[in-house]
Amino acid sequence: MSIGLLGTVVFWMLAVIAVLCGAAVFRVDSMARATYALAVSFIAVGAQVLILGLSYIGVITVLMMIMEMAIMAVYMIMFMGMNPALMPMNMVHGNKAAAVTAAGVFAALATGILLAPWPDRAGVPDPDPTAALGEALIGSKMLVMIVVSAVLLATVVAALVLALPRGRYDRFGDDLRRRPPADPQPGGVGR
Amino acid sequence: MAELAVPLLVMLVAAGLVVLATVTAVLDAALNEPLPHTGGAGSSASTRWAGALRLPLVQTVRLLRRRRRTTIAADSLLWRVGVAGLPVVALLMAALVPIGPRVVADSTVGIVWFNALDVAVWAVVWMAGWGPNSAFPLVGGYRFLAQALAYELPLMFALTAPAVAAGSLRLTDVVAAQHGLWFVVWMPAAFAVFCLAVAGFSVWGPLGHPAGADIAGGVLAELSGVDRLLMLAGRYALLTAGAAIGVTLFLGGGAGPVLPSWLWVPVKTVLLVAGLLLLRRVLPTLRADRFVEVGWLILLPVTLVQVLVVSVVVVGTGGS
Repeated sequence: MSIGLLGTVVFWMLAVIAVLCGAAVFRVDSMARATYALAVSFIAVGAQVLILGLSYIGVITVLMMIMEMAIMAVYMIMFMGMNPALMPMNMVHGNKAAAVTAAGVFAALATGILLAPWPDRAGVPDPDPTAALGEALIGSKMLVMIVVSAVLLATVVAALVLALPRGRYDRFGDDLRRRPPADPQPGGVGR
Repeated sequence: MAELAVPLLVMLVAAGLVVLATVTAVLDAALNEPLPHTGGAGSSASTRWAGALRLPLVQTVRLLRRRRRTTIAADSLLWRVGVAGLPVVALLMAALVPIGPRVVADSTVGIVWFNALDVAVWAVVWMAGWGPNSAFPLVGGYRFLAQALAYELPLMFALTAPAVAAGSLRLTDVVAAQHGLWFVVWMPAAFAVFCLAVAGFSVWGPLGHPAGADIAGGVLAELSGVDRLLMLAGRYALLTAGAAIGVTLFLGGGAGPVLPSWLWVPVKTVLLVAGLLLLRRVLPTLRADRFVEVGWLILLPVTLVQVLVVSVVVVGTGGS
């Protein structure tokens, strides 16, 4: 599948948008704007993935990134102590070390790109690139992925149980016998 | 009928959404709002309906003539994006709806697109709350996020049920799979959760707490003029577009007797909207902090069981 001239032009425009919005994260003086600049950058990348014919992955990228950034804005503002009065705040620190590191990494990567012997395309793209990508990534490791996903879920649940301020031991006491529960905040289910 | 050109189809869908959203606004005013000047027990039904019919026009003219309110140190960029975002999201949702055999955007992953759009409402409403640099809209924005987290996961599983039954994420395939039996019949829980979520992402009715009267209108508090018009119209457009998607996913899309299929979609949409408006009559506004527990402890397990039932049926009948 070829993306054609129009597709190529849009792809590069999206690339420029993604990079500019990524840079804007460090230029704006507000946590809210920084978060949503990052979100726009990721949405542009999601649209690029769409142009490459990976519909599902592209849409999921857009979905996840908007959702994630909407939540992240809350935490960024909370932890950075920024109030909504838009007090200007500097988004960068350690400028010199960061600039040197960035330039060094860029130079190394660019050299690698220019020197690497890139292979020529062999064969044609799969008619369903999403399935082909999934097959290539985890086709032979499906069992591992399934096991790992259960372990990950258990970890998330365990972390939540440990962090929960109104878990059942807090509410019902150590022997789970306290009635009615000492609940700091009434919920809607009426437990 | 001959094939419609795509630009014409786009314009028809956009115009259709505007008309249906106006119908929604009129019905909502007639059924639920205390109307100014005509309200009260003494007013007859006809005065009430006459007032409701005039309301969208009167409000539009009034708001267009009113000056835009500005606040100190507002984040105008995010505020404007938030305010203009709701109608845009609603239009993009309407583009996914198959109208008879035609559809503006017949994506192979239409259901996921719809999901991405309703998640975009999170960002949009929060920005509308953050932008004005004012306490009550900010509280509204945060309320919306908490509430959105609680309805979004049940909604995702409610969307999974029709996709599993149809074996496809394409909305036209979902409509085709309902030939003979509408999904609402054997996925009532998913349908109910979907309807509640539509009220949720429209910031309206039982889930209208982020724009609640207890915080002076919340995300709407500092809006006036064209901004207020866009946000209010956007809410009704979202309610309508969400109902149209619900018709596609659960009520057989354009299937129906006598009328042509392109007409059944708006007819069913208006009926579903009327049902949602009645829901507002019987359900009080749910407080966000209480709804959160309902969402996580009741709705989420219910939709999971619904998906399990649907999956077992699909496997048992050897795929649909």
